[in-house]
Amino acid sequence: MEPILTKRIRESQSYTLDGYLKNEGYEGLRKALAMTPAQVIDLIKASGLKGRGGAGFPAGMKWQFVVKDTPKPKYIVCNGDESEPGTFKDHLLMERNPHLLFEGCLIACHAIGAKVAYIYIRGEFLHVQRVLEQQLEAAYAKGYVGRNVMGLGFDCDIYIHRGAGAYEAGEETALLESLEGKRAQPRLKPPFPAVAGLYGAPTAVNNVETLSNVPLILLRGAEWYAAIGPEKNGGPKLYCVSGHVAKPGVYETSMKTTLRQLIFDFAGGVRDGRPLKAVIPGGSSVPILLPDQLDVEASFDAVARAGSLLGSAGIIVLDDTTCMVWLAWNLLRFYRHESCGKCTPCREGTEWLVNILDKIERGDGEMKDLALVESVSNLIAGKTLCAFGDAAATPTLTTLKNFRGEYEAHVREGRCTVPAPWRRRSAAPVHSHR
Amino acid sequence: MTFHPKIDYRELHRSARQLPFDDGKPFAYTAENRARLEEIAKRYPPEGRRSAILPALYLVQRQIGFISLNAITHVAEAIGCTAADVEDVVSFYTMFYTRPVGKYVVQVCRTLPCALRGAERVTEELTAALGTGPNGTDPTGTFTLMEVECLGACDRAPLVMVNDSWHECVSPESVKALVERLRSQGEAALSGCHHQDPDRAGG
Repeated sequence: MEPILTKRIRESQSYTLDGYLKNEGYEGLRKALAMTPAQVIDLIKASGLKGRGGAGFPAGMKWQFVVKDTPKPKYIVCNGDESEPGTFKDHLLMERNPHLLFEGCLIACHAIGAKVAYIYIRGEFLHVQRVLEQQLEAAYAKGYVGRNVMGLGFDCDIYIHRGAGAYEAGEETALLESLEGKRAQPRLKPPFPAVAGLYGAPTAVNNVETLSNVPLILLRGAEWYAAIGPEKNGGPKLYCVSGHVAKPGVYETSMKTTLRQLIFDFAGGVRDGRPLKAVIPGGSSVPILLPDQLDVEASFDAVARAGSLLGSAGIIVLDDTTCMVWLAWNLLRFYRHESCGKCTPCREGTEWLVNILDKIERGDGEMKDLALVESVSNLIAGKTLCAFGDAAATPTLTTLKNFRGEYEAHVREGRCTVPAPWRRRSAAPVHSHR
Repeated sequence: MTFHPKIDYRELHRSARQLPFDDGKPFAYTAENRARLEEIAKRYPPEGRRSAILPALYLVQRQIGFISLNAITHVAEAIGCTAADVEDVVSFYTMFYTRPVGKYVVQVCRTLPCALRGAERVTEELTAALGTGPNGTDPTGTFTLMEVECLGACDRAPLVMVNDSWHECVSPESVKALVERLRSQGEAALSGCHHQDPDRAGG
């Protein structure tokens, strides 16, 4: 498949307003404004566009759920917090194709009847934010954003809001809390944001890549869009391939492409020709797949059938030098650090898991610790307000399921049995809290 | 307080919280920063003025380098909320420094995709080259070293972020030379993000 979203990212001026206008820029918006909001929502629903943030929820449905009869304003909030380990696609879209995102935000505002869209961008992307701000200013100056957009009587503002370093802000209700100037902690649902979101007003929160797909659907139609991918998984998809591959990077292709093709054809296979040990197909929060499970389409549905999740399409490739106990420890340290602290199972459970995994990896583990890891993980999964708990329990449960022998070898031999040259040489700090 | 015979919760539990740092200096925004804050606050509806807390704190940090106790009080007055509301936010987000930091804050991403490509070794080499370990500042106040979680640049791993700028594909072997260039050229020594140069963009 020819790239669509990233077709012109290598052209030096394609990210500017002029560059964008040369290639049918803002024409999707023009079409949308000639339609009623309900027609736009129907079109997006017909295209089958699934949310690209991780959950894969149909975007058209999300917009349809936004309460219409309300005296309150409505909001579109774009989630550009991109924090899932192994994910770096929204960064590319925002930096190299910012007007596509603005156009998507404007169409979304028209569809749900909002006058304001906020783009929440993670704090570590300051260089990306500068591009967005510069291009937004250009769009305002030329009348593509603001009052009376393109002379068509549509008013809509877009504002950029910088986060400050919190993985949890990627969860949609936590993102709203953060945007309201509070700690990024998830809300109890219901009410869902479609009913009571930002400032208690009806809100739709959409991922950067999701909104960037919207103008394409307006331009080329729902049928064209749906036909790009397998059934119910239409449209182009950005995949982030990282870890032990020869050519890590963002690759755009149809969801008909298999995971094996993405790793071996697109990303050049395993680095230095080493054997493949395992793959995490959808960001750090999803279960591991083994080398014999990769001949599946990299679509939301097919990866789920294979026993994992496409999530944010962050494909992390692991070669034979990767210790699975170390991997679980590394990821649990991440989840412990990023747990927002609201729900006890997650806040305390991640702490316990790091401590026990640290002990096993050091070589001080006992066989009974394996059952303890399993038990603590199961006491987190499904027992928290947001999906973070399930995500945090996944690295331990999936490595125990697929590589239990490695855990047992650590305990039996009293050392890490898969040491690698790319890991630290000095002893790891036993407990670092920051 | 202890729930487990072998774990000292006074040390390990999150309740061992750090109070805001009082540097004994009064804080007030410069006229320019104060005007900037009001400009930013216009992006939010009047009932949402609290949304400007994060931008307000970035302005503090740009002005004095970290968030002091007096700055928290000042921000609360400027926003119209309590100091506790502001401290709540400061203590939650990792990008707000609650203590003075060095001229260059060197942050190494330590999460899985970077770790798979040698981030742990990079931290070891940085510790040797900077004269401070993670969470510390060297005696001259030039460098603060931090290990941080995923920065979202897994295709250019390992990533090191110095203040707000990126340096991509850092190898343990290149660390020593990088630190020397940082000392002499400052942030100009950094590679930046590859998307800024379209020829290197994409996969």
